Amino acid sequence: MSSRREGASRSRTLLAHRLAGWLQHHRLSAADSLLKVLDNPFASVLTWLVIGIALALPVGLDQVMDNAGRLGASWDHPAQLSLFLREDIDGAQAQALAARVAGRADVEAASFLARDAALEEFSTLSGFADVLASMPQNPLPNLLLVTPAPGLEDAALLQALHADLAALDEVDEAVLDMAWLQRLRGLIDLGRRAALVLGAMLVLGVVLILGNTIRLSIESRREEIVVVKLVGGSNAFVRRPFLYTGLWYGSGGGLVAGLLVWGALWYLGEPVARLAALYGSSFELAGPGVMGVLNLVILGGLLGLAGAWLAVARHLSAIEPGAGRA
Amino acid sequence: MITFDRVSKRYGEGHDALREVSVEIDRDELVFLTGHSGAGKSTLLRLIMLMDRPTRGRVLVDGRDLAGVGPRGIPRHRRDIGVVFQNHQLLFDRSVFDNVALPLVIAGFDHREIGRRVRAALGKVGLHERERAMPVTLSGGEQQRVGIARAVVGRPKILLADEPTGNLDPALSAEIMRLFEDFNRVGVTVLIASHDLVLVSRLHHRILTLREGRLVRGSAP
Ligand SMILES: Nc1ncnc2c1ncn2[C@@H]1O[C@H](COP(=O)(O)OP(=O)(O)OP(=O)(O)O)[C@@H](O)[C@H]1O
Ligand SMILES: [Mg+2]
Repeated sequence: MSSRREGASRSRTLLAHRLAGWLQHHRLSAADSLLKVLDNPFASVLTWLVIGIALALPVGLDQVMDNAGRLGASWDHPAQLSLFLREDIDGAQAQALAARVAGRADVEAASFLARDAALEEFSTLSGFADVLASMPQNPLPNLLLVTPAPGLEDAALLQALHADLAALDEVDEAVLDMAWLQRLRGLIDLGRRAALVLGAMLVLGVVLILGNTIRLSIESRREEIVVVKLVGGSNAFVRRPFLYTGLWYGSGGGLVAGLLVWGALWYLGEPVARLAALYGSSFELAGPGVMGVLNLVILGGLLGLAGAWLAVARHLSAIEPGAGRA
Repeated sequence: MITFDRVSKRYGEGHDALREVSVEIDRDELVFLTGHSGAGKSTLLRLIMLMDRPTRGRVLVDGRDLAGVGPRGIPRHRRDIGVVFQNHQLLFDRSVFDNVALPLVIAGFDHREIGRRVRAALGKVGLHERERAMPVTLSGGEQQRVGIARAVVGRPKILLADEPTGNLDPALSAEIMRLFEDFNRVGVTVLIASHDLVLVSRLHHRILTLREGRLVRGSAP
């Protein structure tokens, strides 16, 4: 009875020893392969740059699209309706109409722009004052500028409001000015898709590049692999340092990608802010942030592991001590 | 401990390295394997450690038919066997200590235990002062002894040695053979392939002789 318990506790300590040994080999492999990577700084930096640039391209594009999307959304009133009033509507009637329209639930404000005031504004802004003055009569109609209620971004609701207002007696023509918004949204959508396609291709490229790098490092350590297998090293044992090598290359490349995207956005940030200020907007470019960079490092690490796994699965089992002569 | 049952090994097209070899080696034995160059000595050792498979016949180690050991079982099998290779098979980018420690690292020992055992093994082969040296800075004989230390450091059940004294002077050769006898005395089955007939016949152990792949002497204890 007691001997059995003893046996059980002994096998438990044996298991603990094995676990400790296994962890130790993981530590050793990780440190060893990191040293090997750092030992050859030129080749390693080159690998990191290649991977970094390949990852930075789609991620950077996606980031730009993100910013453009925010820009579109941050436009306080993305759509505006211009109601051109009939010729025979006078100022008082127009004011009354403005009040009526402004009273609708789906309208935030409606302001009346009298044709004379419009002409004046136009001539000062456009510099066509002389041309306009020589005209026999004011070519501009009375105008009602309608701002839809906030939250009325939905295209269908806007269209309904547009139809309602166009049907009013006093209105000659109603123009819904949202084409630019749709164009912007279309462009962003296109950009995102492009980033996705580009990303998929470049991710595949990164995996293959890393796979090839690991393959070369397997080739250069062929003798060592043979010896390790001869003294009883399992495939998992032989594989481990190469997987760590892939991890180091990949996560280093991810870090480079993060820094590249961050640097590029920082470089663009200043002129963008200045441009936004000109339009009276406080829009600012958003960078990837610490989390974004961290995500890239993790993504790079995973791609590195995938590439290493590919190379290892393909080339390591082919190296067996039996093939040569002892 | 080791059984060959009508084992033949044919390489490529028709070259027979071993023909119908049958032999039994007991647990407490130390056995020499001799024969001309190309007689099949290395081939026989390679079959025991599963670097090769027989074309015909069965090889049993510790009662287990090696035909039943698949690729996943090979590492385990090899950990029970210490091997001294004809061409050392050392890692030249690692120190003597790291070379000898390799089997223990693979078996998952913790580093204090590894340090203790490696120093003991290096002490046995007379290289305790060279643990920090790189293998290239050692003489052929010293490299051979590093290989021996690596073979015994994991306390294997079986010790195979292919020309372990090939590079050594007579005095050192005799000393290495005494080392193998020591291991044998503590219960390790030892099988040594050697050309050195003079040395081998002086030691009074069973001698197996191969000629053209056939066992011509020593098949019975
Ligand atoms: N991988 C191989 N492919 C083809 N033939 C081989 C292979 N390995 C060995 N041989 C042949 O098998 C025969 C036995 O070789 P082995 O290496 O076992 O001889 P040996 O007795 O160890 O010789 P030596 O004393 O020179 O080391 C030789 O004729 C050799 O050419
Ligand atoms: Mg040989």
